[in-house]
Amino acid sequence: MKSLYDRPETLGRCLTHYCAGCGHGIVHRLIAEAIDELGISGRTIGAAPVGCAVLAHQYLKVDMCEPAHGRTAAVAAAIKRVRPECVVFSYQGDGDLAAIGAAETLHAANRGDPITVFFVNNAVYGMTGGQMAPTTMLAQRTSTTPTGRDAGYHGNPIRVCELLATLDGPAYLERVTLSGPESIRRAARAVRKAFVTQIEHNGYALVEFLSPCPTYWRMSPVEAMRFIEEGMSRVFPPGVFRDWEPARE
Amino acid sequence: MGAKVLMAGNEAAAEGAILAGCDAYFGYPITPQNEFTAYMARRMPELGRVFIQAESELAAINMVYGASAAGKRAMTSSSSPGVSLKQEGLSYIAGSELPAVVVNVQRGGPGLGNIGPSQGDYWQATRGGGHGDYRSIVLTPDSAQEMLDLTAMAFDLADRYRMAAIVLSDAYLGQMMEPVVLPTEPLPAPPPKPWALAGCAGRPPNTIRSLLLGDGELEQHNHKLFEKYRIVERDEARWEALAADDAVVVLVAYGICARVCREVVARARDQRLPLGLIRPITVWPFPKEALAIAAAGAARAFLVVEMSMGQMAQDVRLTLEGRREVALLGRPAFLPTVEEVLECATALLRGRRGGSGQ
Repeated sequence: MKSLYDRPETLGRCLTHYCAGCGHGIVHRLIAEAIDELGISGRTIGAAPVGCAVLAHQYLKVDMCEPAHGRTAAVAAAIKRVRPECVVFSYQGDGDLAAIGAAETLHAANRGDPITVFFVNNAVYGMTGGQMAPTTMLAQRTSTTPTGRDAGYHGNPIRVCELLATLDGPAYLERVTLSGPESIRRAARAVRKAFVTQIEHNGYALVEFLSPCPTYWRMSPVEAMRFIEEGMSRVFPPGVFRDWEPARE
Repeated sequence: MGAKVLMAGNEAAAEGAILAGCDAYFGYPITPQNEFTAYMARRMPELGRVFIQAESELAAINMVYGASAAGKRAMTSSSSPGVSLKQEGLSYIAGSELPAVVVNVQRGGPGLGNIGPSQGDYWQATRGGGHGDYRSIVLTPDSAQEMLDLTAMAFDLADRYRMAAIVLSDAYLGQMMEPVVLPTEPLPAPPPKPWALAGCAGRPPNTIRSLLLGDGELEQHNHKLFEKYRIVERDEARWEALAADDAVVVLVAYGICARVCREVVARARDQRLPLGLIRPITVWPFPKEALAIAAAGAARAFLVVEMSMGQMAQDVRLTLEGRREVALLGRPAFLPTVEEVLECATALLRGRRGGSGQ
């Protein structure tokens, strides 16, 4: 009998602490699937962020560490330098990657450190209770933008892929969404390619996921998925921003 | 005896790290320790080891965290304002029980201060420095030779106890050139690190973390850390005693101040004045035993000579618990002269209260 759907080996057999409708579970699964498919679980090292995914080491069955808030890319870059035979990834939220860790993100990308960065952008700080993130969209209400994000007062959202695409260092940059089966299949291809970029191309790769946070968007899970399609994707257009391979498709 | 070479303290410390098998160095430029980083920038790639000029001190100490988590010998060096920025990383290193070596070539403060020598980071180094309840081992060289020897030793101590070892020097020691004898025997190899991140092939995954949310888990972890610190206090206090056996007044000084005090003791003994010196080589753990021995002997008073305003004097007072007079000669960001130390010590010998800066 052929198994069509099973739990990836690398995904721990446990309940997660994530809220209903959260995107982290999908990203965890995509990473675990790619690790299994590439057969690299025995030589992979992950760095989980301070933020909602701080307990990712309980769910992904590979060697992992838990760096200080924002320092994830610096830690991952150093691990890769001393263990070039390992596959090293960081898993980061928008606060960790684009606010407190903006310098570490920028410089790891600029050095072209051959690490794989998974960036979960849900436009809000989930762990601390729904505050403004560097990727919070204009007019979006959070606990620290109670009347909505205002460009003149709070600044505009940061588009990370576009920002990193100004640098020569990165080998692969792609933004994907998690809003439906088709986009998740595309995201799965991006995750796999981001690992391949490190393994076969010795290059820096970042995949940005537009990911739902129904709890702090104050929406139902279904509404949150729809919002990614109809609202968030307009501010953060999906696409490939850097590719070492000549144009695909 | 090994080859004798003329080296600046910063370079000697860097060579000590290389001889100790440092696998990875991460640094950010700051005066007066730049020779250290430049030495490593040249030597580490030559040896096939890792050197990164980090984007900040925060990144540098966290790169140390990463390389150490991966089981490698890793270090950073900096000077006071930069070491302040590293305190976050030192706290995580303590919580995650990672070995790490940090060299602090102290300069004047607070704030940007100046680029001259100071010992103003004593409290920061010996009290933890970052958030939470923890310690780091603190070694205090007084020469280019000890910059090399103690930096090398710091790697062994850090590995043995899985904690940070800080080499606390200053701008004088970093900059001044002295003959250094290179070791002829190979230095001890690092211990096995089965806890390290190396890929989990053939074993369950390893995790390096400091977040402990389980009921009572964090308190248990802190107790475990302090059990380790108790062993370090018992076994790793180091000091040098100079003419302390019959000394009525005992100078207590570390680092460059101890160099001045050596000369003070020599001159005093020429004049038959019963002066001695206790030089802590570790300031955490603080060499309490050395003071206790002196206090049980002839010592009537202790004169603490430091380039700060009584930071180490506090440890001397805590050790002696009021049993002996403790005076302070504190010169923040300026090296006391032989003459002023001798004058102060002589006044104490004659039963007059000496000292300054308190």
